Amino acid sequence: MTDQQANKASNSLKPRRPLMAISACALAMASSVVAAETTGMMPDMGKLMATAGVIQVEGASGGGLVPWATITGYGTRDSYGANVHYTYAGTQDYTLASYGVAVGIADRVELSVAKQRFTGSQAPLNNLRIDQDTYGIKVKLAGDIVYDQDTWMPQIAAGMMVKRNNGIGGLGAVNNVKLLGAKDDSGIDYYLAATKLLLDQSLLVNATVRATKANQMGILGFGGDKGDRYQAMLEGSVAYLLNRKWVVGAEYRMKPRNLAADNEKDYYDAFVAWFPSKNLSLTLAYVSLGDITVYNPKRQDGVYLSVQAGF
Amino acid sequence: MKTPTSKSGWPRCLAVAALLLMTALPVQAQKADDSLYRDLGGLEVLTRVVDDTLALALADVRIKDTFKDTDMKRLAKLITEQFCELSGGPCKYSGDPMKEVHQGLALNNMQFNALVEDLQAAMDKSNIPSRTQNKLLALLAPMQRTVVTK
Repeated sequence: MTDQQANKASNSLKPRRPLMAISACALAMASSVVAAETTGMMPDMGKLMATAGVIQVEGASGGGLVPWATITGYGTRDSYGANVHYTYAGTQDYTLASYGVAVGIADRVELSVAKQRFTGSQAPLNNLRIDQDTYGIKVKLAGDIVYDQDTWMPQIAAGMMVKRNNGIGGLGAVNNVKLLGAKDDSGIDYYLAATKLLLDQSLLVNATVRATKANQMGILGFGGDKGDRYQAMLEGSVAYLLNRKWVVGAEYRMKPRNLAADNEKDYYDAFVAWFPSKNLSLTLAYVSLGDITVYNPKRQDGVYLSVQAGF
Repeated sequence: MKTPTSKSGWPRCLAVAALLLMTALPVQAQKADDSLYRDLGGLEVLTRVVDDTLALALADVRIKDTFKDTDMKRLAKLITEQFCELSGGPCKYSGDPMKEVHQGLALNNMQFNALVEDLQAAMDKSNIPSRTQNKLLALLAPMQRTVVTK
């Protein structure tokens, strides 16, 4: 990455908060250091199509809702890769828009930054706005998603998502998730993901266990009046490779129930991902997110669209 | 509680051996299955796929230089034999072990995958369905451990 490109990348993030700016700079620096240290400046784009997954809703490589053990980008262990993404999820009464950048280093370490904005469209929550930043790190621990076809060994990775809820807008005096019952407005998720590609069956299976206190991924804060302890949540994905460019699948994500004001439900999605090239992917999904608050006890179903560009 | 002695270790050892045999037998049985070989289209299609793969590889800037000291005709014959045997066909790979033939080439993962991509393109050209392609790739993928030395 040249300085110009790095500047462009960090500009496109439009960082409004210092922490965001710092991490964007750190990512740009990390990728240029890696670029200088690996053979040549050019990324090798050496991984096989679609084997790095897509960027999931919190900015890490995975499916739509679930982080996988994959490392973002097409750089092999001798190189690096990076992706920017924009994701939109819209249900009857809410939308969640997010964007961010993720860098994969030596097919071993992934660093990611994502910014989420949750908004309401139904009165009295039609002016509702909640912002959250997520900083992720993931390290591949063992196995290889492609090469380990003769064993049951999956690719395994451990990750962390540091989340900071930036408060509520459009709800008058209720300007912080703590006023909705959350114990904290920041928190850390820890996860262990195992991803197995069964090439023989053209099937990918992923299981992730996440220790979290987050309410609605952190959009409604962390911990609450009903509980403030880390709980282990199971998340799973199954995907079928129709061919090298088209993948269909479904996911499940278990959720804690910490808030009296939010009868939180597990998430589900069914997706189709299209990889027209190694530089671009589009993911379209149907998501079922359950009801979001007790004040609007309607199951929120809708569409999820994610665009990802990178190398 | 009695600790296990070397005497009581024997039956356990036998049990493990029996288990290993039991799990090994179905693998042996699978080898005799030639359905993948037939799905791929038999020797005629495999020969064409390998020829097309190597033609693509020789035009592929990522890997063409790795073939500069290679007898391409012989390589095509050996790879065809290998794919035929791996997929359950009536052939026997007559080349040297994979580890030996790739020693000193200092191939990396990107180059290994580049040949995979050329093979995928060649299989596309012969209209081999993705499902069948992936079954062959599943048998080839573990060779990365011996082929890639860099």
